[in-house]
Amino acid sequence: MNYSSLIIAVLILLGGAYLLGRNRARAIASQGMRLHSLPTHYGALMALWTGLPPLLLLLIWALAEAPIIDHLLIAQLPEAVQQGSSSDIQLAISKVHNLAIGAGIEAAPELEPAVRHLLDLQERTLVLHSGMVLSLALLGIALTWRRIKADMRARTEVESIVRRLLFASSGIAVLTTLGILASVLYEAWQFFGKVSPFEFLFGTTWSPQVALRADQSGSSGSFGAVPLFAGTLLISLIAMFIAVPVGLMAAIYLSEYATPTIRQYAKPALEILAGIPTVVYGFFAALTVAPVIRELGESMGLAVSSESALAAGLVMGIMIIPFVSSLSDDVINAVPQSLRDGSYGLGATKSETVKEVVIPAALPGIVGAIMLAVSRAIGETMIVAMAAGLAANLTANPLDSVTTVTVQIVTLLVGDQEFDSPKTLAAFALGLVLFLVTLVLNFVALKVVQKYREQYD
Amino acid sequence: MTNTSLSTREKVEKSMVRRRAAEKRFRAYGMASVLFGLLCLVGLFGDIINKGASAFTQTVIRTEILIDADYLGINKKAEDQEIRNADFEGLIKQHFKNIVQPEGRTERRLLYSMISAGAAWQLQEAVLLNPALLGQKVTVNLIADDDVDQWFKHDRGTDSHNNRMNETQVKWLEQWIEQDMLQTQFNTLFFVNGDSREPELAGIRGAITGTFLTLLVTFLLSFPIGVAAAIYLEEFAPRNKITEFVEININNLAAVPSITFGLLGLAIFINIFGVARSTPLVGGLVLTLMTLPTIIISGRAAIKAVPPSIREAAYGLGASKMQVVFHHVLPLALPGMLTGTIIGMAQALGETAPLLMIGMVAFVVDVPGFVNDPSTVLPVQIFLWSDSPERAFMERTSGAIMVLLGFLVTMNTAAVMLRRRLERRW
Repeated sequence: MNYSSLIIAVLILLGGAYLLGRNRARAIASQGMRLHSLPTHYGALMALWTGLPPLLLLLIWALAEAPIIDHLLIAQLPEAVQQGSSSDIQLAISKVHNLAIGAGIEAAPELEPAVRHLLDLQERTLVLHSGMVLSLALLGIALTWRRIKADMRARTEVESIVRRLLFASSGIAVLTTLGILASVLYEAWQFFGKVSPFEFLFGTTWSPQVALRADQSGSSGSFGAVPLFAGTLLISLIAMFIAVPVGLMAAIYLSEYATPTIRQYAKPALEILAGIPTVVYGFFAALTVAPVIRELGESMGLAVSSESALAAGLVMGIMIIPFVSSLSDDVINAVPQSLRDGSYGLGATKSETVKEVVIPAALPGIVGAIMLAVSRAIGETMIVAMAAGLAANLTANPLDSVTTVTVQIVTLLVGDQEFDSPKTLAAFALGLVLFLVTLVLNFVALKVVQKYREQYD
Repeated sequence: MTNTSLSTREKVEKSMVRRRAAEKRFRAYGMASVLFGLLCLVGLFGDIINKGASAFTQTVIRTEILIDADYLGINKKAEDQEIRNADFEGLIKQHFKNIVQPEGRTERRLLYSMISAGAAWQLQEAVLLNPALLGQKVTVNLIADDDVDQWFKHDRGTDSHNNRMNETQVKWLEQWIEQDMLQTQFNTLFFVNGDSREPELAGIRGAITGTFLTLLVTFLLSFPIGVAAAIYLEEFAPRNKITEFVEININNLAAVPSITFGLLGLAIFINIFGVARSTPLVGGLVLTLMTLPTIIISGRAAIKAVPPSIREAAYGLGASKMQVVFHHVLPLALPGMLTGTIIGMAQALGETAPLLMIGMVAFVVDVPGFVNDPSTVLPVQIFLWSDSPERAFMERTSGAIMVLLGFLVTMNTAAVMLRRRLERRW
């Protein structure tokens, strides 16, 4: 049986077990004995023991099956392939898989033993895992059935199992962080085995093209990431130039000046900007904003690249306006009214109150908001992937084409990948830098905002 | 005393002009900022609609064609397979050759390039559906090539130079217009076809189905896990270092760039666990991890909003902690949690970057049937099309964006309505 029909079978058994357990408890109760828990608790207990172990087994099996089968297959490959590099082995294994499902590729007699072994293995594992899953479910039914007695503490047991499940769910977030860290760290570690971290962090030439043949010229590729960092910084800076003043002033206007009606409509309207998919902004930047900027520049006699940093940065700034404005709006609203009243009492005008009292009081929160926005700008991918270039220029001219960390990750990883070439691994090293920088920014920003909130609570 | 106070007063009154002007200026800056934001919104939508509205119409050539059974070499009893092999393309070429009478090979080639490769399919499908058409004259709306389509919709009557029709072709087109042969009709193909290299045949059905399947996987995983995690953190978690660590983790994950989730999916799901790439399954797994923080955070807020009196009343009646949570708190918090989930799903719907890493950029013509078929999603389709040089693809990209935005607006409106309808004031 395949996975989906197995899951359905287990779910049916689980439902049956619930009814069985509940009815058994009711039968016991009808004999005049006093149950410790409600009959539904006994049903739930039986369902949990019937469903959980098989589903868990199924999950582990599904995750472990492919790597284990591939590992077993390597032994069946011809000697020559086994001696070869890991990418040769990978290639041979995927060939074997294709042959086994009868995909239309030419037959390879030397792989024949491996193909037969694979088909044999697949057949055996199928029988084995369906058998194990179903018998585990039935075992759960049988064992719990025998345990159901009047004085059995079914509720306590059910509740402790459910509690553990809830705990496991909240642990997934931690596992995700660990997973991100582990994957980027491991691949980045391999990358730094080939390219020195010093060269990566401080080198100024980025050309990840690795030659296909050893005798090709320029075969080494160079991985100096400074142009990428500079490009990311330049575009983020342009974006912040738009987003910070506009976002902050919009927040001040909406929280201090606007009538409730205007606020009611303008605030959600601005937030729509944050909900538009970034790929749409990318399209807008590449096909509308970039040509306009180029024409404008050319009419002023400036040489503007068609993938200028300015276009990407401008559009990114527009995207970030609502982040700055809604976060700043929150912090400005958190400033106690008494501070404003004190300022008015001394004869200050509204704008003076805002500038001299409200903003200084809200400053830590605003700084936190801006840091979150910066982290957003650094990590933004689609706008730059569509509107910024691929050329790794080290320049501060916003009319030139620059590339960013995220653009390079995308270009290096889209398409075919080999996991032993520094070109692919470089993407993970860039990912590591990106993750660490945004993590630090977010962490500090969240701490600052939290501390600020506590100040006025 | 009075003198100095008067002079202060004078000073203040003198300065008032300047201060009032500053006040006005400050206020104007604020208003300008809000207006700038709104203007960007209007500009963006206007630009997309302006570019994309024409994607929903398609130019067709209306003509009466004889489905010549002799030319095709099939009769009315032909098997489906025979009909599929018949040379409908040749038939159409013959037909237009007779109408236009091109001179020489170059003109013939120009003529044939004006009809879409899909036209032969159209005829073939019609005959497959109704073999009785063989040998009869039928009036059909044959799909025109994308260059004809662009010319007819945008460039006719203007002296625009960015169309790819030459003078001979324009002459024929003008003739066809006089004979009322060129028409536009609603572009059904855009909604029922998968991707294609020919702009006039490319549609978004494959991408929409892929999006639907991916979001289904995401929802099935992220909603239960997110709700469970929110319940644990809000109701059961002891206040200690571990809980604090989990909370910090969740808050940070909500702000981590989405592309890093793609790196995780590539390195762990695909390379270690061997999940097939380009499938809605792996896409859904990655998007689940990405949307979980949003769902957990909004779920916790919804649980927090349930007043303690409800819990205390349930405890007073002898309910266990678990019963209080699952019988009383959860049902009351569920609307809020659903709102958060819809917003999370809307985020996942628009997400592109992590899906590029896990191979969902493949050129997929077939409409995926289930979660383990190769597929692409709407935002990635937009990304792919926006890279194509053909002008017709730009129009289609904008059209696809309009569909995507339509979905997003629907989802967000649903979230707002749900919140309005189910919101309780305690």
